[in-house]
Amino acid sequence: MVEIKPGTAYGFFTDTSVCIGCKACEVACKAWNELDDNPPVFGDGYDNTGDLGAQNFRHVQFIDNVTDKAVGPGDGKAWLMMSDVCKHCQRASCLEVCPTGAIIRTEFDTVYIQPDVCNGCRDCIAACPYDVIGLDEHKGVAQKCTLCYDRLQGGMEPACAKACPTQSIQFGPVIELREKAQKRVDALHSTGVSQARLYGADDSVYGGLNAFFLLMDEPEKYQMPSAQDAVLPSRNNKFGYLTTAITAALALLGGLIAVRRRRPAESPVPVRSEREPRDD
Amino acid sequence: MTEHFAGPPDWTWYILFYFFFAGISGGSYAVASLLRLFGRPSDEPASRLGYYTAFVTLLPCPPLLVIDLGEPIRFWHMLVNTTPGDVGPIFKYWSPMSVGAWALLVFGAFATVSFIAALVRDDRLRFGLARLVARLDRSWLGAVMVFLGMLLGLFVAGYTGVLLSVSNQPVWSDTWALGGLFLASGLSASVAVLIWLTRFRRLARYSTDFLVRGEQWFQILELALIVAFTITIFQAGAVGTAFALPWLLLWVFVLISLVPGISGFGLPHAVGPSGRGDAGALSASVAVLPWLVVLGVLALRAAVIFSAQF
Repeated sequence: MVEIKPGTAYGFFTDTSVCIGCKACEVACKAWNELDDNPPVFGDGYDNTGDLGAQNFRHVQFIDNVTDKAVGPGDGKAWLMMSDVCKHCQRASCLEVCPTGAIIRTEFDTVYIQPDVCNGCRDCIAACPYDVIGLDEHKGVAQKCTLCYDRLQGGMEPACAKACPTQSIQFGPVIELREKAQKRVDALHSTGVSQARLYGADDSVYGGLNAFFLLMDEPEKYQMPSAQDAVLPSRNNKFGYLTTAITAALALLGGLIAVRRRRPAESPVPVRSEREPRDD
Repeated sequence: MTEHFAGPPDWTWYILFYFFFAGISGGSYAVASLLRLFGRPSDEPASRLGYYTAFVTLLPCPPLLVIDLGEPIRFWHMLVNTTPGDVGPIFKYWSPMSVGAWALLVFGAFATVSFIAALVRDDRLRFGLARLVARLDRSWLGAVMVFLGMLLGLFVAGYTGVLLSVSNQPVWSDTWALGGLFLASGLSASVAVLIWLTRFRRLARYSTDFLVRGEQWFQILELALIVAFTITIFQAGAVGTAFALPWLLLWVFVLISLVPGISGFGLPHAVGPSGRGDAGALSASVAVLPWLVVLGVLALRAAVIFSAQF
């Protein structure tokens, strides 16, 4: 049982190598957070949830990775399964752009959208590189995983981690989880599972993710940007405004030239005569 | 090539028309102020037309933004942080939406004052407070106000493009050109509207030469920025998204809409209030072609906004 106290950074370590796709995490999350049902998605896999959003704070991805070659036993390549969730980034894109201050970092170092402050502008949705956030149509506010903020305040671990039967989702202080993750990936490498890798356990992705992963393939396979593509929205402020300022300067310059160099009008009619009031 | 996994924010029609009207409002104020500060006395009627246009096109902006919110009644949360323990004004200079909310508020005050002053000068308002506003408007303080309003107008017309870029959406975040592109096109639409409005204000035609030359310049800037936009998203590997069907059709329309402005609407430059010498050409060109330009500016914003989301 993890002792939960404010001031410590908590998070998830999701080990996809042991995920069996049971969706217990999704069910536990929906039940605890009282999230609405959503119409099932019927694709060509076992995923009927679709994606993360306002009603799905957890989403078990089923990634069909079946190769043309015969698959050997135990190489885990046929299906990639991952219980996806908000990453609670240290440098969070959503928190950066939020104009209302609704998105905050809590005393547990998690990223939380305050439902009574959010006004549903959806700037966070445009910014989140993991497509985690959705707009609740009934409440009109943005929603995502809270890392069970209310449970943490009550000293309880998040519902999804508690429900996970395979320990694929582990909850705890981030520092401890990182140590566990490193041991796990080392163990996998030592048994020849060379494709195992950690994502977000160090600061190369958004300064570190409080909810980080052990993946069995490239992050892009799991709909997550590589460390190189993990960039913040504010990167475009400088050149965006600079281009606007240069355009404004050129527009004014052109306007001034147009004002000064134009041909004289055909007759110098005193314009103030057109409904011009007296200066009394 | 950048890989994007961000989901669409569903910014659609309300935002499209907000971007459109904000561009015209800010652009009209800037053009009106340019005429006011640096033009001749004969430019005064066209300048007032600009202030009227800035105010009228600003009116739909707040309602469009408010009804687009998931929780419209909390529109004021853009300006005031209601987080318990942290209540007070909120301004995040690194968030274009936050900066834009404040800019729109302040620009609204400038546009309103200039609108009232223009009404008084046109002798359409006579009560005391309005006359005081008009008198202030004519002082050096008025010139400073108009200059600051011009800068704010340029900001309001262009920041919407930066707002899109400051995200992780495909197309939008792959380019630095959107702020400039929205500004140049906003100015272009503003001048087109003013050219059209000169049909209804004879004395404003003294400024037709300036407006036509201005339109040429703004559309050349717009064209250059469309080229820059295309190059940047090509480098990011997002050309297929931005120029996919049906958005490609919108882009074609945008390019067609640049033709009349760049070619000077086929107007003789020095058209006076009588339209003497070429009244027929003036009437036909000014009645139809500016709307082609305005619709092109709307199509440009639609292509940018929708192509990244659908």
